[in-house]
Amino acid sequence: MALLEIRNLSKVYQRDSQAIPVFEAINLDIVAGEFLVLMGPSGSGKTTLLNLIAGLDRPTTGQISVSGEDVTEMTNRRLAAWRSRHVGFIFQLYNLLPVLTAYQNVELPLLLTPLSKRERREHVEAALEIVGLSDRGNHFPRQLSGGQEQRVAIARAVVSDPTLILADEPTGDLDAKSADEILTLMQRLNGEFQKTILLVTHDQRAAERGHAIMHLDKGVLTR
Amino acid sequence: MKYVKLVWANLTRSKRRTILTTLSVAAALFLFVSLRSVITTLEDAKQVGSESRMVTRNSISIVFPLPEAYYTWLSAVPGVTSVSWACWFGGIYQDPKNFFPQFAIKADSYLPMYPEMVIPEDQRGQFMAERTAALVGKGLMERFGWRLGQNIQLRSSIYVPEQTWPFTIRAVYTPTDPSFGDELMFIHYEYLYENSGRWATPGWYVLQLDDPARAASVATVIDEHYKNSGASTRTETERAFQTSFITMYGNVGFLLNAIGMAVFFAILLVAANTMMMAARERTSEVAVLKTLGFSDRLLVGLVLAEAAVITVTGGLIGVFGAKLIFEGTEFQGAGFLPGFEVKWGTAVIGLLIAVLLGVVSGLVPAWQAARLPVAHTLRRVA
Amino acid sequence: MKIPLIYNLRSLRQRPISTLTTALGMGLVVLVFIAMSALSRGFRAALTETGSGDNVIVLRTGADSELTSGLGRQTASTITSMPFVARGADGRPLASPEVYVLVSLQRLSSGEALVVARGINPEAFQVRKNVSIIAGRMIRPGTSEILIGKSIVDRFANTGIGQTISLANRDWTVVGHFAADGSSFESEIWGENEQFMPAFRGEVFQSLTFRLKDPAAFESVRQTLADDPRLPVDAHREYDFYANQSFQLTQIINIAAIFVAGIMAVGAIFGAINTMYAAVGARAPEIAVLLTLGFRPASVLFSFLFEALVIAFLGGLIGGLFSLPLNGIMTSTTNWQSMSEVAFAFRVTPDLLLRGVVFALVMGFIGGFFPARRAARQPVVEVARQI
Repeated sequence: MALLEIRNLSKVYQRDSQAIPVFEAINLDIVAGEFLVLMGPSGSGKTTLLNLIAGLDRPTTGQISVSGEDVTEMTNRRLAAWRSRHVGFIFQLYNLLPVLTAYQNVELPLLLTPLSKRERREHVEAALEIVGLSDRGNHFPRQLSGGQEQRVAIARAVVSDPTLILADEPTGDLDAKSADEILTLMQRLNGEFQKTILLVTHDQRAAERGHAIMHLDKGVLTR
Repeated sequence: MKYVKLVWANLTRSKRRTILTTLSVAAALFLFVSLRSVITTLEDAKQVGSESRMVTRNSISIVFPLPEAYYTWLSAVPGVTSVSWACWFGGIYQDPKNFFPQFAIKADSYLPMYPEMVIPEDQRGQFMAERTAALVGKGLMERFGWRLGQNIQLRSSIYVPEQTWPFTIRAVYTPTDPSFGDELMFIHYEYLYENSGRWATPGWYVLQLDDPARAASVATVIDEHYKNSGASTRTETERAFQTSFITMYGNVGFLLNAIGMAVFFAILLVAANTMMMAARERTSEVAVLKTLGFSDRLLVGLVLAEAAVITVTGGLIGVFGAKLIFEGTEFQGAGFLPGFEVKWGTAVIGLLIAVLLGVVSGLVPAWQAARLPVAHTLRRVA
Repeated sequence: MKIPLIYNLRSLRQRPISTLTTALGMGLVVLVFIAMSALSRGFRAALTETGSGDNVIVLRTGADSELTSGLGRQTASTITSMPFVARGADGRPLASPEVYVLVSLQRLSSGEALVVARGINPEAFQVRKNVSIIAGRMIRPGTSEILIGKSIVDRFANTGIGQTISLANRDWTVVGHFAADGSSFESEIWGENEQFMPAFRGEVFQSLTFRLKDPAAFESVRQTLADDPRLPVDAHREYDFYANQSFQLTQIINIAAIFVAGIMAVGAIFGAINTMYAAVGARAPEIAVLLTLGFRPASVLFSFLFEALVIAFLGGLIGGLFSLPLNGIMTSTTNWQSMSEVAFAFRVTPDLLLRGVVFALVMGFIGGFFPARRAARQPVVEVARQI
C-alpha cells in the first residue's frame, strides 16, 4: 500500500460568481520513503495540491488517503490533530514566528502532544542537531540568515516525526549557496532518516535532488 | 478638490477602522459637550435674578427667619418701590425623590415683582382668590402630569410635619428665561401662617428698587438699621443672592474640567494610534506616490486631511448628538440644572477641539510620510 | 493545545507604541472611574464615620434633618433620665442634647458656605464618636468660646486659635480645634449650648444623642419613645441617620461616574478593537503557520483574547497607579439633604483599585473578542497561498 493515495482529485475555486477549475481527475501514489518533486508553471495548482494533501483545503471531488486514513472525510477538528502528527510543512516565506527563539519555534508542534517538558527538549535538540543549528537555539529569526531560518523551519517540520514532509518552494527566497545547503539537508532527511518528501519547486537544480519529477500543467499531472 | 477621491479611498480602505475611530471621537465629544454644558448652565444660573431686585435675609444664614414686622419699615426705605416676602415650604410630594422647590409667598406684592413668570390672567385671578391655591411651573405640570384644578397633597418637613397639606392647582406659569426654572411651586403665605398655628414667619424679603444703581446704598441703609436688633439682616442684589447658592456646590467646575481633560487625552490616544496604524500599512504606497511626483507637503496635507475628516465627523456626531438628546428629553438634571442646554458656543468649542484632535493625531504619521526615504521603501515593494 | 503565552507577551513588546497608547487610553478611563467613585466613597465615608451603631439620635417627630427639628428642655431631660441610656464612668448619663443651626460663612477660596454650628455640653465628647481636641483647649462654660472642626480651619477666615468670628451679632473666640476621624463633625463649629441658645433659636435643642446601655435593644427603645405621649419625638440609630444623609449626593455622583466612565469606555473599547484588528492583520502569516501546525482555532482565539486582556490589565494598573495620589485630597460641597457644608477626602480603596482592573479587563474582553475571533476563523488556505 502506498503511503499517499490520491484518487480522482479535482479542485474548483469559486471567486465571486466565477468558477475557476484548477485541476481535474488527478491520481497519484507516493510510496513511503520516496522523495518526489512536483514542478509546473505559476498558477498551475501545485500549492493547491499540497494544501489538499495537508488537509488545509477540501477537494471539490475525489479522495486522499494517508497511511490508509481518508483525509477528505475528516472534520476540521480531527484534521488539525491529524496534521500535527502526520504532516511537516515548509513554506517559502514567513515560516517562523519572529517573537520566538529558534528553539521555541521548533518546539511549537510538540506543544500539541502530551510530551513532558524534558521529552520535548530531547526532540527539539535532536531536530536542531540534524539541521546543524544546535548552537543557535537561543537566537531569534532576525538574528539568522535566510538559509538558517529555513533550516530551523525544517527542524520544526521533522521534530514530531511526521509521516509526510511537504515543502512549497523552500529555496525560492534563498541565494544559491543556502539553497544548496537546504536541498542537501532534505536529501539527507530522505536518505538517512527515510522521510517521505513531496517538494514543489521551480528550480531545475532542486528537482534533480529527488527520486522522481512530476509536472502539473493545465490541470494535468504527468510523470 | 481633486484629491478628495484619494483621501476618501484611504478612509474607506478599512471601513471598520474608520467608523470605530469616528464613533470614539463622537463619544468623547459628546461627553465633553455634556460636561461643558453643566458648567455653562451653572454659570448662567448665577446670572438669573434681576439687578433691580434685592433680597434681605437674616444675617446669620438663610435658615433663620425674619419678623413680619420688618415689612413696614422696609416699605418706607428711600429707593424701594415695593416689598414682598417668601419662605421655604420644604414639602415632599409623595416621595422625597420627587423633589421640587416650594415657596410660600405674599402673592399680592410678590407676583407683580416677577414679570418673568407669565401667567394667564384668568388663572392669576383664580390663584389670588383661593387660600389653598397653588401656582405651578409648566415643567412641573408636565413632569407629574397634573391638570388645572387638580388637588395635590404635600407634607412639609418644617411646618406641622405630622399632617398633610392639601392644595389645588389654579395657575400655571411659564418663565420668560429658561434659567429661571419652570419647576417651582408657589403657595399663599397666609395659608401657611394660619395652618401652622401662626408659627410661620418670612424667610426673606424681596425689594424692588426704582434705580439699580442705588443697590449698594440701600443695602447699607437696611443692614445698618437692623444691625443691633433681634434679627440682623444681610441685604444684597437678587443676583448676588442666587450666585451664593450656586457657589455652595463647591468646586464643581474644576472637577468637570479635569474629567474633560482626561477624556480629551484618552481620545487623542485612540485617534493618533489609529492614524499611525493606518499609515504603517501604507508606507509602500506613499513611496510610489513620491516617485510619481507627489510633494512632501502634499502628502502631509493628505494625511492631515484624512485625520481631520475622521475627527470632525466624529465631532459633529458627538456635539449635535448631545444637543439633540439633551434638548429632546428636556434634561434639567432633576431640577438642579434649570435651563440646561448645549449652547452654540459650546458646540463651536467642541468642533474646534475635534479639528485640533485631527491635526495632532495626524502629525506623527504625516511627518513620517514626508520623511520616508523612497528608495529603501521601494526595494521592499519589489 | 495551548499556544505559548510568551508568544503573545513578546508580540506586544514588538508593537510598543500601539500597545502603550491603547493601554493608556484604557488607563485614563479607569482613572476617571476610580476618581469619581473615590469622590462618592469619600463623601459617604465622611457621613458614615459620623454615626455610631451604639448611639441613638432623637429628633422631633417628622423631622428628616437636625435642622428642622426642635426638642424642648423638658423632653431632653426626660429622655436623658430614662433607664436605657448608658452611664459614664462617673455615673452621669451619656446623653448629649445639642443645638444645631447653619451659619453663612465666606470661604477663603470663593463663595459662601452654610456651616454647621452645634451647641454642646461636655458630654458630647464622650457620646459622639471619636471626637478629640487636637489643638488649643476645651471651651469654658459661660463664655463666648468656640471650637473649630479640623476641615473648617484654613478654609474660612478667622479660624485660627485666638481669633474671633462674628456670628449672630456676637463675637466668639476660637480656643481650640478638634478632629473626628474624618467624619462630618470636622466641618462644624462647636460652642456651648447655653450660649448658642439665646444667640440663635432660643430655648430649644435640635437633637438629643445618647449611648444605648444595650446596643441590641434599639428597637424596643425606639418603640418606647414612639409610644410615650409626652414625647413628640422619633428615635433613629445614629449610624443609619447620618448614612441616609449621604444617600442623595452619593447616588448623583455614582450615576455621573457610570455615565462618564461608560461613555469613555466605549471610546477605549473601539480603540482596542482597532489595535487588535491591526495586530491580527499584521500577523496573518503567523496565524496561518499556527493553524497549519495543528493548533485549533479556539486556541488562536484564546491567544489573541489573552493579548487584549494583557493590554487591558496594563491599562487597569496604570489607571490605578495614577489614581493613588488622589487619595486623601480634601474637597468640600454642600450636602443638599442637610443643607450643610461637608468637607471630605477622596477615598481610593484597594477594593476600588480592584474594580478598576476588572473594569479594564471587561473593556479588554469586549474589545478583543471580535478581532480574536477573526484570527481564529482565518481561512488558512487563503493565507497559505499568499505565503
